Amino acid sequence: MKSFFTPHRIILLAIAGALVAIIATTMRWDWLPNYYGDLLAGVWITLVMLVSTCILGMLLAVPLGLIQVTGPKLPALLCKGFCTIIRGTPLLLQLWLIYYGVGSLFPQVPEIRNSMLWPYLREAWPYGVLALTVSFAGYEGEVMRGAFAGVPHGELEAARAYGMGRFTMVRRIWLPRALHRALPTLTGEVVLQLKSTPLLATITVVDLYAVVSKIRQETYIVYEPMLLLALIYLCLTGILVVTFRYFENKIPTRDV
Amino acid sequence: MTALELLALSPPGWGGLLLKGLAMSLTVAFGGYFLGLLIGIGGSFGKLYGGPVMRDLLDVYTTVIRAIPELVLIVLLFYAGSDLVNRLLLLFGSRPIDINGLVAGIAVIGIVQGAYSTEVLRGAIKAINPGQIEAGRAYGMGPGLLLRRIILPAMLPHAIPGLSNLWLIATKDTALLAVVGFMELTLATRQAGGATKAYFLFFSTAGFLYLTVTLLSNVGIRMIERRACRGMPDVG
Repeated sequence: MKSFFTPHRIILLAIAGALVAIIATTMRWDWLPNYYGDLLAGVWITLVMLVSTCILGMLLAVPLGLIQVTGPKLPALLCKGFCTIIRGTPLLLQLWLIYYGVGSLFPQVPEIRNSMLWPYLREAWPYGVLALTVSFAGYEGEVMRGAFAGVPHGELEAARAYGMGRFTMVRRIWLPRALHRALPTLTGEVVLQLKSTPLLATITVVDLYAVVSKIRQETYIVYEPMLLLALIYLCLTGILVVTFRYFENKIPTRDV
Repeated sequence: MTALELLALSPPGWGGLLLKGLAMSLTVAFGGYFLGLLIGIGGSFGKLYGGPVMRDLLDVYTTVIRAIPELVLIVLLFYAGSDLVNRLLLLFGSRPIDINGLVAGIAVIGIVQGAYSTEVLRGAIKAINPGQIEAGRAYGMGPGLLLRRIILPAMLPHAIPGLSNLWLIATKDTALLAVVGFMELTLATRQAGGATKAYFLFFSTAGFLYLTVTLLSNVGIRMIERRACRGMPDVG
């Protein structure tokens, strides 16, 4: 910490402080109290979307990775193709394909219209969750493939020598070791996922970005809400990175 | 209309519009990527060899850009950027100009890519054996010559995996320009879908086009990598 406050940093911090003061005093922030609740609700939706799609995506990614490493040729090829397609096309396009494309096919099928799921399928968020989950699974499946393949053979042979069955081996040795190896990249992937959530606003999910867009349209204030939005995302990313670093440090590794 | 008629190259088919959108996407991706590379080369040098103020400012740039969603940056820079340029022009007494979407799009993608390239190139330069750079200096090479003859070629093998990833991200990030109304492949696709209600067909076609770009890029990247890594010990 001692080396952080060198003279030039103090000057830079002073300039930054002055800049913040100018922004706070000369720009319009009077709309803030009116939209306080909306903004909080937006942050909540963004976080719910982030956490749920990351967990669901991870549940999909593990079999995707495992099948690519161990599976028979055809399923392995299918999983590889899935990952390639997801990673090779923009998320916005996938989102719109699912929302507009698949969503427009559903009403034509009477069985779906009359089913219990229909009230949910008329909303936007299931499509958003599906698109983000599939996207996360595609990217993380590729990571998990590398992680599964990178677990040293000796450890798996040792597991076999202990007489473990295939499922016990995966559960006790292979999966935990692979997850451990994938953890450093997981931070980056989750941050990327957070940065993907504002795309949901384009299909009318009311997340943080959508709330800010609404504020801009209602108040005719152009820049201030966007600056606040950027600041909130900056904080969210910071919190994510610090949290993950904490958990990463908890896992014992051999010091190099 | 059948799928083939809908995708026909000339109106009333929409294939021509999609291809025009693809060309637009690729132009922005190319421009943004190379602008990002330039920023990255400058940024990585500033971070490695610059003064303390320069380093801190570059740290702020790369951290902030990489922590904020691309969509937010694109919307913010696309509108605020052209507004800012016009205000500056007014300040200097010249008339405001209408910044066209292509230039704004390239600038936005470039600024975003620049932050990532800075980090990739910084890592790659740090991976060069310092003895090589010192040897260059000992031969009396100036900074420019050193950059051209030693640092850029020597760091290339280390930078290519990161840079090729960035290129693929650049091609996909152009899709976000659809949100600010820039007519590239994704927006063209949405318009075609909206007009004909054949959303599924058009979005699948656009996905196929993007995928083709990615797969062809991968082939090209592999060739460049083989060339850049010639003479290196085989690791894989």
